[in-house]
Amino acid sequence: MTKNAIISVKNLVKKFGNFTANDNLNFEVHEGEIFGFLGANGAGKTTAVRILSGLSAPTSGEVIVAGFNARKQPEQIKKNIGYMCQKFSLYEDLTVKENIMLYGGIYGMNKKLIRERTDSLLKRLNFEEYGDRLILDLPLGLKQKLAFSVAVLHQPKIVFLDEPTGGVDPVTRRQFWEMIYETAAGGITVFVTTHYMDEAEYCDRVSIMSEGKIVALDTPAELKKQYNVGSVEEVFIKIARP
Amino acid sequence: MKRFLGFVKKEFLHIFRDVRTMIILFGIPAAQILLFGFVVSTDLKNAQVAFLDLSRDEMTQKISDKICSSGFFRRGETLLNFDDVDKALRGNKIKAVIVFEKNFGRKLISEGEADISIIADGSEPNMATLTTNYLTAIIADFNRELAGTSAAATMLIQPEVRMFYNPSLKGQFMFVPGVITLIMILICALMTSITITREKEFGTMEVLLVSPLKPIQIILGKVIPYFMLSFVDVIMILLLSWLVFGLPVKGSLILLLAESMLYILMSLSIGILISTVSSNMQQAILISLVGMMLPSVLLSGFIFPIENMPEVYGWISAILPPRYFIVIIKNIMIKGTGFLFVWKETLILMVFTAVAIGLSIKNFKIRLQ
Repeated sequence: MTKNAIISVKNLVKKFGNFTANDNLNFEVHEGEIFGFLGANGAGKTTAVRILSGLSAPTSGEVIVAGFNARKQPEQIKKNIGYMCQKFSLYEDLTVKENIMLYGGIYGMNKKLIRERTDSLLKRLNFEEYGDRLILDLPLGLKQKLAFSVAVLHQPKIVFLDEPTGGVDPVTRRQFWEMIYETAAGGITVFVTTHYMDEAEYCDRVSIMSEGKIVALDTPAELKKQYNVGSVEEVFIKIARP
Repeated sequence: MKRFLGFVKKEFLHIFRDVRTMIILFGIPAAQILLFGFVVSTDLKNAQVAFLDLSRDEMTQKISDKICSSGFFRRGETLLNFDDVDKALRGNKIKAVIVFEKNFGRKLISEGEADISIIADGSEPNMATLTTNYLTAIIADFNRELAGTSAAATMLIQPEVRMFYNPSLKGQFMFVPGVITLIMILICALMTSITITREKEFGTMEVLLVSPLKPIQIILGKVIPYFMLSFVDVIMILLLSWLVFGLPVKGSLILLLAESMLYILMSLSIGILISTVSSNMQQAILISLVGMMLPSVLLSGFIFPIENMPEVYGWISAILPPRYFIVIIKNIMIKGTGFLFVWKETLILMVFTAVAIGLSIKNFKIRLQ
């Protein structure tokens, strides 16, 4: 490996009672890449993301995220990651600026820095006139973009995106992915779960989970070659559906 | 610490921006205290009574004057015959009808005995009991006066009744402590359980848990604003009851406020506990209202005395925190007693608080299994 691993997972097992959600996972995510984490519903994606983000402790195995051990130092991990989940996560009864101020504050940024980043962020998104509007009044696409921007406001080492584009129209989805590219170009590693297979094509590397195991992991091009098909979607159908 | 303050500020913004929350926090307590104070009054004042005087002599005149000048009753219509009695009571304005028999005065003087009947409206049992009790007392009084002036004075034992702590038996004295007790448990338990489950439901809880904020900071941040506002509520209710109903705090105000803080803390802990066992807002509301409010209203001794309840209800009431706080607050506010008289109840509230916090910590899934 020439690149540095920012996430390193060895023999990760997570059990809930008798049910094994993650069955001996092994993989690495490199610094600055866009890593796609695919799998059918119930394949164990969300469980793995929770462990990686310090929300849940692994049953066994070694998980290192941004240099910290997920079992022993979840609090350190939390400071170094950003997180955006499936459900929309900004407060609807607060304004755009208040939301940014809140999350910036939670991640320990000082007010001056927050204000600077807020201004540049709003400018970049052509959002300036929305600064003092309630989130409630924004269209879904804008909200989603804003949620992503807030998740990387403190410039974390890694950002976890848990099905970030659910329920968003294709145009916004496209713009959203442009934002993801920009972020990755800025040096932030992007770890994204999705079940839109066309999105998988945008990733540097993808892993595919099925029944708690990782069954494939490579670049989209390599996977297509290996399975001799034209798209990641066909790869997925071939291996994830028994 | 800075992280935490920002988070507390956000919670205040949620509260101040939501009209419904503001109404529950400040509108309902004020409305309740005024409602209970003015409407649900248990004392008799200017109740209308009608007279059916079949005798029309000096004696009946004296008695009816005495009744109507007592301050408790007001003279209603004068009836002419028995058929009017039913009609008068049906009108709802007349609470009781007093009937003097024929030749009342003459009989009383010659035979030493005459009959008065009091016909009360039994469809309002409380009112009827009150009315008849007051009327009988007034008539008994008249009897004694009569006995005193006549030559043949009879030996009479005259009990002199005094109501300690609440000499004029004002109903508000009963209701203010009760309302404070209920309102606090409503606001604290209901509102905290709603606000925490709301974050769960909207998915923001997950984001907060992934953030560097510690779970304990998240919980405290959500609870502190409600603690402060509830305390403002207590002060508001005390001020209202003092300014509007003239109800003073007889005992130590400091002690009363300290006990209120303990009670608020306990209610908040119960709210947190409710939020840890419910997965959405409806569930939290249901548990708070049905599980906390109803039993508190019915079984805490606020409306119905615990001593009169069937034994089983008494047991249930023993595990309801409001029951103890009502005792504390009545003792301090009305009797003016000190800590020595309420330490047992205080200790029980502390135990409730500790148990609720302990169970919440056990339940709260810090790492969101």
